[in-house]
Amino acid sequence: MAVAEKRIFRIEIDDRLCKGCNLCVDFCPTNVLTMDGNLVVVKDLDACNGCQLCDNRCPDFAIQVFEE
Amino acid sequence: MSTPAEDVKPLAKKKKKVPFNYSPYVRGGKLPHIWCPGCGHGIVLKCLLRALHTTEISKDDIAMVSGIGCSSRTPGYVDFNTLHTLHGRALAYATGLKMAKPKLKVIVTTGDGDALAIGGNHFIHACRRNLDMTILVYNNSIYGMTSGQSSPTTPQGKISTTGRYGNIEPTFDTCSLAQAAGATFVARGTAYHFQELEKVIFEAMMHKGTSVVDVIDACPTYYGRFNKYKTPTEMMEKIEKEGTVSVKQADKLLPEELQGKLLRGVLYKSDRPEYCEEYNKLVIAVQAK
Repeated sequence: MAVAEKRIFRIEIDDRLCKGCNLCVDFCPTNVLTMDGNLVVVKDLDACNGCQLCDNRCPDFAIQVFEE
Repeated sequence: MSTPAEDVKPLAKKKKKVPFNYSPYVRGGKLPHIWCPGCGHGIVLKCLLRALHTTEISKDDIAMVSGIGCSSRTPGYVDFNTLHTLHGRALAYATGLKMAKPKLKVIVTTGDGDALAIGGNHFIHACRRNLDMTILVYNNSIYGMTSGQSSPTTPQGKISTTGRYGNIEPTFDTCSLAQAAGATFVARGTAYHFQELEKVIFEAMMHKGTSVVDVIDACPTYYGRFNKYKTPTEMMEKIEKEGTVSVKQADKLLPEELQGKLLRGVLYKSDRPEYCEEYNKLVIAVQAK
């Protein structure tokens, strides 16, 4: 019997630090993020696979992904 | 016969992914930093902090020295012993610091203009002496802070404030220069390949002797704008991803395919007497007379 478990993630974006450079949006492999004006917002949290690319490519310490 | 409930194997408890906590290493209240949107320096700083965390060296035993420039703002944001000095003279201050307190782990964060043009002389002589310190050259191919003049690493044909019709000067290869001058650990990384960079910085930190890491990153505000790179992402992909080849891959490629590409990874490593130790030996020998 196969058991699958959905992993749930929480994305924290610090609006004070984000400069809207678009790097996290461009590098996200599952298109979780999008730009809202000059700020990054989460568009589709269910698609997040927790790869942390957004965190590692963010130059501004603005985004982090936590596993619930 | 087992019941279906017993057939179910419990899921192996996967370790939950936890992001790296930068707060112990960053000075509270100093962020956001002054670097432009999309500047690679922030990514390099994060790699540096993760590598420092892996080394498990106490924060009090680390000293970070810098000169002037965008890259040299790094010590302002980190919670170590820090020293922000004159343009190009970071290595001179770092040499003095290391001689006075040899137990400190000295890291010099400097830019391509700061290290290779204005501080070029200090750079070659620091490499020659083989003092135990790590030199991190944030190489964005331009003078970012002073509005984009040509630096010694601006590629030929590329546009800058002082080269409106294309730069005609040949470039310095930071790694070859450091190796020729006598550095005992020479490596290159990019902000795009952050895992490799973190590993390379860790190795550089663990090495005894002068270690030089040339970090290729992007300056979207000046270099990118002058040279028609539309976004920071495009710059990272064209310059850092397509413009470099790892040392392991390079063995499999033909010389024509390597044309115009920079090698990433540990390029040179050797063992030579370290300056502080040699100096101490001399002091002991002279005092015994």
